[in-house]
Amino acid sequence: MQAMSFAVHIPLTCFGIAFPAIVVFVEWLHLRTGDPLYRTLARRWTRVLVALFAVGVVSGTILSFELGMLWPNFMATFGSVFGLAFALEGFAFFLEAIFIAIYVYGWDRLSPRAHFLCGLPIVVTGVLGAAMVIAVNGWMNHPGGFALAANGTVTHVRPWSALFGNRFFWHELVHMYFAAYIVVGFLLAGAYAWGKLRHGSWGRYERTALAIPLTIAALAAPAQLLVGDWAAREVATQQPVKLAAFEGLQQTTTGASEHLGGWYESGSGQIKGGIAIPDLLSLLAYHDPHATVPGLDSVPSNDRPPAINVIRFAFQGMVGIGTLLALVGVLVLWVRWRRKRLPESIWLYRALVLCGPLSLVALICGWIVTEVGRQPWIVYGVMRTTDAVTGAGGIPVGYGVLALVYVGLAGAVWWILRRLARAPLGGAADPQAPETVQHA
Amino acid sequence: MSLDAVPLLLALVGLTLYVVLGGADFGAGLWQLLSGRGARGAEVREHAHEAMAPVWEANHVWLIFVLVLMWTCYPVAFGSIVSTLSIPLFVAGVGIVFRGTSYALRAGTSRAGEQRTVDVVFGVASVLTPFALGTVVGAIAAGRVPVGNAAGNLWTSWTSGLSLMVGVLAVALGAYLAAVYLAADAARREVSEMERTFRTRALVAGVVAGALAVAGLVVLRADARGLYDALVSGDGLPALVVSAVAGVGTLALVWLRRYEAARYSAAVAVAAIVAGWALAQQPVLLPGLTVSQAAAPHDVLVAVLVSVAAGALVLAPSLALLFTLTLRGRLGYEGDGSAAPAEPVGPVRALAASRTGLLARVSAACLLLTLGFLTIADAGWAHAIGVAALFACVLTGFRAAVPLESAPAD
Repeated sequence: MQAMSFAVHIPLTCFGIAFPAIVVFVEWLHLRTGDPLYRTLARRWTRVLVALFAVGVVSGTILSFELGMLWPNFMATFGSVFGLAFALEGFAFFLEAIFIAIYVYGWDRLSPRAHFLCGLPIVVTGVLGAAMVIAVNGWMNHPGGFALAANGTVTHVRPWSALFGNRFFWHELVHMYFAAYIVVGFLLAGAYAWGKLRHGSWGRYERTALAIPLTIAALAAPAQLLVGDWAAREVATQQPVKLAAFEGLQQTTTGASEHLGGWYESGSGQIKGGIAIPDLLSLLAYHDPHATVPGLDSVPSNDRPPAINVIRFAFQGMVGIGTLLALVGVLVLWVRWRRKRLPESIWLYRALVLCGPLSLVALICGWIVTEVGRQPWIVYGVMRTTDAVTGAGGIPVGYGVLALVYVGLAGAVWWILRRLARAPLGGAADPQAPETVQHA
Repeated sequence: MSLDAVPLLLALVGLTLYVVLGGADFGAGLWQLLSGRGARGAEVREHAHEAMAPVWEANHVWLIFVLVLMWTCYPVAFGSIVSTLSIPLFVAGVGIVFRGTSYALRAGTSRAGEQRTVDVVFGVASVLTPFALGTVVGAIAAGRVPVGNAAGNLWTSWTSGLSLMVGVLAVALGAYLAAVYLAADAARREVSEMERTFRTRALVAGVVAGALAVAGLVVLRADARGLYDALVSGDGLPALVVSAVAGVGTLALVWLRRYEAARYSAAVAVAAIVAGWALAQQPVLLPGLTVSQAAAPHDVLVAVLVSVAAGALVLAPSLALLFTLTLRGRLGYEGDGSAAPAEPVGPVRALAASRTGLLARVSAACLLLTLGFLTIADAGWAHAIGVAALFACVLTGFRAAVPLESAPAD
């Protein structure tokens, strides 16, 4: 259930992290150039921003309920260790809500400069809030900053070092941060690419609206490869069993090969099908083609993650899609550099339409990789998931209801986004409306 | 008072603010539901929506503030409460989802019929959520939440007389607060018809809420005798008196059309109820669990209090800004009347494009740094430099590569 809620919430968080920065950048362009086009663009994106934020608020609230409802033992035992992060996250979120309200409802009422300044806290708090949640996840993957007494209670809690002096915090944060820009960039660019292909709308407004997010995504996607590589090396040193699950590596191997594609057969512990590249895994993980990579058999079977194939497919999916997106990004940048313009090939725009949803798939895959890969632990090496879960019955009923609610929510978000795309700015009262309505 | 109780006090302050501010948002939803058909009904719904739209998200966050404080500082109590009371909390959660979604959807409605549907969903959710949260408070007050993982009965723990009573009372108090605030807003905006409408509603809701509060005392006596005694003759008595006086005073102020004062006295009346509950129940949090027994280790409390204090330094001015702007009517719909920017921006200028070549080179240099420090090197400090270089690379690269067309000369 929590998994489902996270899957709903994560894409919305991306918009919380990356979208305000993009909107505020466009508003800055307006202030800098006085060009009304940027103002129109920023205002239209603000409408989308606030709709997604409202949905993000409620899905986030559900998550905080669920943390307590589903994992009472987890919260009761470790709440004191990581609760601080949620307290700070609460503040960040609070400020974000306040300034979003001022930003959204202040377009016409505040001076342009004051309005622009009110946008900045949204950018900062969006990133801070996400950083706090990631700090908790980093701690769950790499627990520290406390001692366990003999009776299972937590003592000597040092919340600051547990959360922020944590090796896992930094690469998870940077990885998530870039992911947010990739997802938002490609989704926005995809929407305008769709508009160009489907309705032929391709004025200066649409070109600008496509160019800004596309450039961001085109830069962030290749950069993400470097960050992902760094993250994988951290996992290799700190959670070797997780890395073994990514790769479906049964036996501890020297000079391990990297398998592309194929599936893991639990009986024989072999990868069937797929292409094996000798020594590559050792090289990637430890910078040494002959390094020894611990396999799943390095720990007892009840400490190994279940569903190796789920983890492996998610990992390969994430890396595969990420590489694809990076290639698209490099292509866009290449055209921009050599020809000094946006790409013109219709195939590229078709690809862009696909890139948005694909980046979402990669995002969810990445989350599966880190969470399922940590199983059977909820706190790595300290508490098992089965020991943390609630004793209350009726979970399947709640699960079903929540699933229905989320399907409804997804439908509602789809509907509102289409509506906002079609009817830009509250009708004829808007001075900029006439020039944009016709080709929206 | 020891340090153990300080976070609980803050949580209660948060809860009070949630009831006083967020409760009014729920109440506004109730009035939307009861607005009736036709143009007038639509006007009532519009007025309620407009008053609430800029602030509801900020008001809602108080709930999250309370949840976070509770699970950080009183993890055992929090785990017990949410596992035993998972059903009403689940209902409240679903209600919150519907509220937020219909709020988001309202921006996209174009026909009156659609808007009405969305408002009805919003209204139903606005009744369901405070009722469910009220039953939770009632269950805690009645001592029906034992310590442990889902140790209490999943149903009877929150369906006792007191729980249901508090649930109904929560809805009524919200409606009462909302009517007073909305009448005040209408008076400020000089919409006399809305002012009359909500004045009547405020008076009726005030009487109903008062009657329910008295009935609640009777139920409390039957259901939780100890709490009742503490409230009417012990520590809770001053709060009870304050609440009664402020409640009656608000009715008089509304009658006299002194709305701005009524805003505050209504809030005091409701806040005193929360305070009375807290005073009457202390020092016991759950049966057999006092506040000090439930508190997290000392270092955690200190860390939380420090961060709350630091957060408050930033939060207080921000909240003050939001409410000042709202109460002065500085926040409103886009395209509502004066759609032109408050201050015109200067004439159109082109962005300087001369430095793009330099920026591109800086970006490429940063990429090389990243490869060296982040990808090839293994030390932690090298990774820190690598990440910084990567950000610099992307930022300069973006500035160099973003293709912006200057405005056509006209």
